[in-house]
Amino acid sequence: MLSDIIKNLLAEVAGIQNIPTAGAFNIRSNGKSAGRNSTETIQIIPKEDGSGIDIIVKPGTKNESVHIPALVTETDLHDVVYNDFHIGEGADVTIVAGCGIHNCGSGISQHDGIHRFFVGKNAKIKYIEKHIGEGDGDGQNIINPQTHIIAEENSYVEMDTVQLKGVDSTKRISSAKLAEGATVVIKEKIMTHGSQYAETSFDVDLDGAGSSAKLISRSVARDNSRQLFRSKLSGNNACYGHSECDAIIMDQGIVAAEPEIIANNVDASLIHEAAIGKIAGEQLTKLMTLGLTEKEAEAQIINGFLK
Amino acid sequence: MLELKNVSFSADGKEILKNINLVIEDEKFVVMTGPNGGGKSTLAKIIAGIQKPVSGQILLDGQDITDWSITKRANSGISFAFQQPVRFKGVTVKDLITLASGKALSTAAACEYLSEVGLCAKDYIDREINGSLSGGELKRIEIATVMARKTKLTLFDEPEAGIDLWSFKNLIDVFEKMHGEIKGSILIISHQERILDIADQVVVISGGEVSKVGTKEEVLPGLFGVDLGCKYFKGVSYHVE
Repeated sequence: MLSDIIKNLLAEVAGIQNIPTAGAFNIRSNGKSAGRNSTETIQIIPKEDGSGIDIIVKPGTKNESVHIPALVTETDLHDVVYNDFHIGEGADVTIVAGCGIHNCGSGISQHDGIHRFFVGKNAKIKYIEKHIGEGDGDGQNIINPQTHIIAEENSYVEMDTVQLKGVDSTKRISSAKLAEGATVVIKEKIMTHGSQYAETSFDVDLDGAGSSAKLISRSVARDNSRQLFRSKLSGNNACYGHSECDAIIMDQGIVAAEPEIIANNVDASLIHEAAIGKIAGEQLTKLMTLGLTEKEAEAQIINGFLK
Repeated sequence: MLELKNVSFSADGKEILKNINLVIEDEKFVVMTGPNGGGKSTLAKIIAGIQKPVSGQILLDGQDITDWSITKRANSGISFAFQQPVRFKGVTVKDLITLASGKALSTAAACEYLSEVGLCAKDYIDREINGSLSGGELKRIEIATVMARKTKLTLFDEPEAGIDLWSFKNLIDVFEKMHGEIKGSILIISHQERILDIADQVVVISGGEVSKVGTKEEVLPGLFGVDLGCKYFKGVSYHVE
């Protein structure tokens, strides 16, 4: 039986209301399994040392999904988990992860999810990760996710990662190594408030001929919050890489972007775009001419930007 | 009815508008023309509330709106199509048309406005209003947006600029249809003779002043005595198929 707090967190991070009755899933609550199910094509196996799970997707599995949300509702808890995804050749699956913290105490609630993806030839995955923090206590909510991707020939990985509220500190580390013809698309959306801190680091090696990567980060830093965006794209073959960092700063918010693109091959084509600034006055004016107040216009612009 | 009384505006010590007195009657189609830098766009922004006059009064249906915000004016029936439409990352064409209409719109209803301005609706309705759209596409979306507002006064600042791939005749049709359906007043800043042709009234702004007001027949002959710049002459020579 799940508590209402857990149910709410589940709905927020994974779009499910309760323990599912079918499909592959693993729900982790305060460092322990609160429910697990494997299917014929997606096996979820606990690691022998208890540090996490292996998710094994059979080759050729199509149109299936697996949910593996992690929840923390205890204060003074530091949960670390190692999850490995083995995606068989030619599979096409959606993976919904994410972490929700509800901290009503004065201690730190922290979740560090270290995920590795081994994506087989011609396989395709969509990986959705949502992080939120809540709770009335003055303890900190900390989420430090890591995502490491090994993409084999002609595989395709799309990662959508969102953190819009309640996480006091986050260090998000992502890396990818791409073989011939492999593609990785990472879309990140972050909003920080108060005195929160968010750090993002992407490190992508475009090793194979015809590989491509697209990193898109959109963020909003409000109040006194701070953000650091780091990206490193290494073109080691004939490849295409594009990283884009767009940030809106409000109040006393601070955003730093440190992009790095390295062409180690004459046929590597790499682009980085970065734009940081406050909401353009003409955008507010335009929406006000449509009848919105300045506050409504601001909310509309932010909502659209982070949609 | 919109009435401007002795409206003046200055910026950086330069007088841009000098004692403008002008009445836009209900349901009239008015074209404001004149040389570049004459103050036309500034006047439109003053009507929309984007700029504040240093002196004078603006009356909408007899009510003094001089100190009203942009939002209050918009909600009282003034729309403004920008000369250079604004781009928004993440805001889609449908979002903007929905905001403009002030109510939830079905995709089909939003698409109708796009079709009116010659855009294939299904190709555009979910597009973001960002740098991937050309100037001409943005301009037509801007026109569709103000059409969706259906207000009693609509201002267009050089709507023809950037309408490159679309027939000019269609633009005229849009204005005529809008004028007929909404039964509101339309004030267009334009240099194009084809737009002047359909005006009930032509207002010439030159050197920050209203230099002439009348029908096209009354005003146009005198226009050639005013230095209108090459833009106007380009418009006069524009051939419509």
